Order: sequence, then structure tokens, then C-alpha cells
Amino acid sequence: MGRTFVGMPPFPTAARTALADTRLRHNLAHATGTIRAKRATVVAEVEDWEDLRGQAAAVKDATLARLDEHLLTLEASLTARGATVHWARDAAEACAVVAEVARTHGVDEVVKVKSMATQEIGLNDALAAQGIAAWETDLAELIVQLGDDLPSHILVPAIHRGRAEVRDIFRTRMAAAGRPAPTDLTDDPAELAGAARLHLREKFLRARMAVSGANFAVAETGTLVVVESEGNGRMCLTLPEVLVSVVGLEKVVPTFADLDLFLRLLPRSSTGERMNPYTSTWSGVTPGDGPQEVHVVLLDNGRTRALADPVGRPTLRCIRCSACLNVCPVYERVGGHAYGSVYPGPIGAVLNPMLRGVGTDPVTDSLPYASTLCGACGDVCPVAIDLPGLLVHERIRVVDAHRADPRPKPEALAMRAAAWALGDARRMSLAERASGLAGRAWRGRGMPGGRRALSWLPFPGSRWTGARDLPVPPAESFRAWWRRTGRDEGTGR
Amino acid sequence: MRVAVMATCLGDAMFPEAPRATVRLLRRLGVEVEVPEAQTCCGQPMVNTGYLDEAVPLVRRTVEAFEGFDAVVVPSGSCAGSVRHQHRLVAERAGDPAVADGVARLVPRAHELSELLVDVLGVTDVGASFPHRVTYHPTCHSLRMLRVGDRPLRLLREVRGIDLVELPRADECCGFGGTFAVKNAEVSVAMGADKARHVRETGAEVLVAGDASCLMHVGGLLSRQRAGVRTMHLAEVLASTADDPAGRA
Repeated sequence: MGRTFVGMPPFPTAARTALADTRLRHNLAHATGTIRAKRATVVAEVEDWEDLRGQAAAVKDATLARLDEHLLTLEASLTARGATVHWARDAAEACAVVAEVARTHGVDEVVKVKSMATQEIGLNDALAAQGIAAWETDLAELIVQLGDDLPSHILVPAIHRGRAEVRDIFRTRMAAAGRPAPTDLTDDPAELAGAARLHLREKFLRARMAVSGANFAVAETGTLVVVESEGNGRMCLTLPEVLVSVVGLEKVVPTFADLDLFLRLLPRSSTGERMNPYTSTWSGVTPGDGPQEVHVVLLDNGRTRALADPVGRPTLRCIRCSACLNVCPVYERVGGHAYGSVYPGPIGAVLNPMLRGVGTDPVTDSLPYASTLCGACGDVCPVAIDLPGLLVHERIRVVDAHRADPRPKPEALAMRAAAWALGDARRMSLAERASGLAGRAWRGRGMPGGRRALSWLPFPGSRWTGARDLPVPPAESFRAWWRRTGRDEGTGR
Repeated sequence: MRVAVMATCLGDAMFPEAPRATVRLLRRLGVEVEVPEAQTCCGQPMVNTGYLDEAVPLVRRTVEAFEGFDAVVVPSGSCAGSVRHQHRLVAERAGDPAVADGVARLVPRAHELSELLVDVLGVTDVGASFPHRVTYHPTCHSLRMLRVGDRPLRLLREVRGIDLVELPRADECCGFGGTFAVKNAEVSVAMGADKARHVRETGAEVLVAGDASCLMHVGGLLSRQRAGVRTMHLAEVLASTADDPAGRA
């Protein structure tokens, strides 16, 4: 069994640990900064980028509004093309389908195309429990798998690793999984990729079954689409006899022509490329060419829960590009593991509560608060998901889910108290007079600008003063000043 | 033109220099200024933390307090953003048509300070003088919620004597984020430390922004670092003149 996210602490605690990891901070700042710059350059080349975003959002919204019909069309098209369609309500059902196909064919290993849906359902561990080895063939997923690590980014799951770490992982772990790394392997990226290529090649040639996800599923033609950079996906999708694809319900697009839009938006948003190197499409079984047995597992696992929320539904537009992660100042500093999910960053902070529901799990409930609401994520989203708005929406759902708690959280009591104190000008004025008196009595160090500094407060004020000074409250509030002098016309001194 | 000043709760209780400067500046420009005394808080801290019920009475009070003015000026990007983008949500929760109607009347009249000056009053040269080295941080909500664009910079460029230096990675969040600053204090400080570093790199004496809250955060870090940089609200710089310079108590 590999490591899992189960049992990880809520975001603030996990983030604290991550912040102290200097190598992680360095790797993330470098990697996200590089992708951010590449994306900005290639997006700026597209004059009608904003129009494309709007169109993509409209296509997704229209599809989601009639998702049941489109899914049935997809099922019919896939079946007509010789694929077998399975419906999975949750992770366990989806994993069981894949394991059953493997058992039927008597295979004890499968090769995998990088896939978020299979990470989401924990497929590798489920297969391992049945004695079936699932080999990741995407370079970054391979690094994560060999290192008994967890993915920390949607597109670049090993973004938290530097090349020296990758070399160490390859040198110490590759042998146990197949062809060992050369003993004189250096941390030169070309050499590392070469070692991975040789290691994977024997798996591609040996494997009888492959597992993939899909970036898009075209209802009209029963076509699945995988967009990738390394060609490992193409190997998995063409060499083995049996192919099982686990596809989230929201991946459906109505027509082949719709792909035009999304294949323009996705590469520029995710890798910062004008076009990705490999786009594979397949529609069921083609006799004599590629896998002769094709299964498609249509996965719910909380998606219908998200669909049922009219405000939160646009979350299902997401095409997993990672642009929101790369631009997020919180993600840049803490990395993906702190989010306790294969979906980190702003989209994860919204999507996980949507898929899992709120009010029961402290980790999930902490995620919508893992943001300053700075809005950078919303601006880069290629399908125009209002991420900052949805973060607030999820916060509201978390708070509402806890309103009936027998013992309210201190935060809830503080908010009620603040709402009461601020609910009336007279009460606020009294509070200001009291804080002004306290401020006048304080003999702290002077701050630039003349105010004196509060440098220490007891908990919970220490959460602020631990690293930041706070000016003492002014002797005279604005409203007191206005009463005293402001009403008079003139300079208003 | 009768303009009401929304002091904001933080401006009223903690940073009165900002709304005071707003009053001085607008009067100098010949605007009739009012401060409705019933105002308290726009409810943003509650909404942004998820406490929608708690925000209802505050939004109700806000729309009542600012009824009947030609325009409302808010010397805060995030509070103006809350009025414009969140009050409708709170009104829905209130389920009271009177609140919804009040919000609908308030929203088109509410302007962040730089918006009021540039778009409503049509000025960029407000006759200010501020002979100091200054760097400007465009706060996230003015930038990405209100889309004020370069309005604040256009205003600052016209200030006499100012030495305006560009802030590296200016559009990146400072890490304040409301209750984020205490709920995720360590991440908040990590972001703020980078912002403070960029501010120090400019060699500026004064960090200027349109939100007292962000300035409280970055200013608190700069003060702790003994960086020798002070923070000032945009309104203070624009209100400053040769005869009546900013920074006077």
C-alpha cells in the first residue's frame, strides 16, 4: 500500500509544516513561477482569449444542465462502437470494475496513463490489495510512485521534487520496480528522462492491460480524448489488448466540434504551450488496431452532489489545467500535500467540499479557508469558474452545516459578538471610546508614522502579533472626530 | 453633489486618517461631504468567513444609512467590492425585499475612492503635493474585484514632488485575506514577508495602498522588521498639500 491522504491534519496545521520545508518552498517558487510566465506569454498571443473562456463556460454549463441526456447519448455511442460502459456511483464501485476486468484477463499488472480520476478513487492501492500492480508511466507520476510519495499538483504531481531528489529516487527505488537506473546516473534532466524511458519501455511492451482517464468524452461520437506531453499515454492507449478508462461524469462534451474550443484553451492554460505534443482520440474498438477490448467506467463519486447545487455547479466545468494552482500565492508557498487531496490549490479548495460534502470532516471544512480570496485564480481559469466567489460559497456552506452544533466554535461566538457590537452605531462608538482610552495608556515603541506599536497580545491576538506589530487604537475614532470638527466646513483638520 | 463617506469599520475604529483625508480631499475639490452617523460595518468580515446570517443586520444598517445620497465614496477596495458583489447575496439570505431594494439602490452609487475621483468627478490632478519616495501596492479587491485598473496610479502620478517607484510583483496578494490572517497566520505572514521584501527593494519611504487592512498587515511586518518604511492610505497622499502636508497628527 502506498501513502494516502487519509489521516492528514486540516490545512492550517499541514500548511505550517510545509512552510518550514525550505527545499519545497524553493522548488515550488521556481516551478510555479516558470509555468506562470509561460502561460501568460502564450495566452497573451490569443486575441479572443476572453471570448473563448466565455464560450467554453457556456458549452460546459449547457452540457451540465442536461447531463443525464448527454451521458445516455455517450453510453449509446460507446456501446455502438464496441466499448463496454460501466456506471460507478463511488470509488469502491469504480475500483471493483477495473479489478474485475483485470481478473477476467488473468493479468497481475496494468500500465497507467496519468489520470486524476484514478488518483481520486485510489485505484492503485485498490488494485494492489488484489495483487495487481499498477505502473504509472507519466514521468512525474513515476517519480511520485517510486518515491512512495503523494501527488502535489494536478499537472505536475512531482512539482515538489528537485532533480537531485529525482536522481536519488531513481537510483534507490527503480530496481525494485523493474529495470534499474544506471549506476552512474546524474541529475541531468535528459539523463533522468532517459532512465525513465528505458525503465518504462519494458512495461509498455509487456503489459496486456492499460488504465487511463480521459480529458474529454464526446457524446455524439463515443470518442474519448487524452491530452499529454510525453507519449507514454499513446503507448498505453495503443499497445495493450485491454483498455479501461475511468471518466468523471462531467468530462462529457456534446459534439466533436466542441473539442476545438477546449483543445485551444487547455494546453495554453496548463503547460503554457500553444499545443500539447500528443492528443489521442479513440472511439470504442477498431478491429485490428489498438486495444480489442475497451471499457469505460463513468464515475460519479460526488459529482451529482455538486451538480445538485445550482451555485456550486460551475465547479464541474473544470478541465484540470492547473492554471489556478500555478497562480495561487497560497499554493506557491505550501504546495499540494497540505490540501489533503489529489486536487489541491483553489480548485481543490472548492471541488473537494463539493464532492465530499461539508460539515463532517475537519480537513474538508478547512479547505475553503485556504485562500486569501485574492482572485488571481478566477482570472486565469480557462472555463471562467468564479473561484473566489465559490470559495465564499463553500465557506457559507461550512458555517451553515455547523449552525446546529451543540457547542459552537469560538470563531462562531466571536462572529456573533462582532456582529452585535457593530450592529449599532452607539455600541460601536462606546467600544471605540474604550479602545481609545486603552490606546492612550499604552507606552509601546513608536511605529513609523507616529502610532505606538502593540507587539504582544495574548491568544488569540497572538496569532497576529506573533509576527506583526499592530498600531494601538487611535485616541479619537473617525466618528468622534467628525462629531467634534468634521461637520464644520473648511479644511476639516 | 452630495457625497457620503463610508468610513468602513476599520477606518473608523483603527485608521481614522484615511476617512479624514477623504473628507479633506473631497472638500478641497468642492464636494459637499456627509458622514451618516448610523453607519458601522458593511458586513464583509462576516460574509468572507461564511457567516451570512450575521451579515444581514449589518447590510440592512448600511443600506439604510446611505439612502438618499448622490454618491457614496468608500476608501477601501475590499469594502467597496463587498457592497458591489456581496450585498446582493446577503439580501437574498435576509429574504426581505426592503433589503434587496436598498442594496439595488446602493450598488450603482457606491464608488471606491479612485473610481469616484476619476470616473465621477473626472479629475486625475487633485492638486496634491507629497515630496517623498513612494511605492504603490494595488490591493487584490481593487484590482480583481472592482477592476480599478491604473486609476490610483494616474492619480498618484499627478502629485507634486512625488517619487513614485514601481513595486516588484505588485499584483501579487500581500497575504492579509481578512480572517485568513489569523486562521492561517503562518501562510499569511509568509506571503506578507515576500511583499515586505519587495517594498524594501524599492527603497521607498512610504508604502501606499487603497485598503487600510492590507496596509495594517504589511505595515505590521515592516514595523516588526524595523524597515523604516511607513504605510499611508491613498487618500492621505492625495489630501496632502504643500500648506497642509500629510503625516501631521
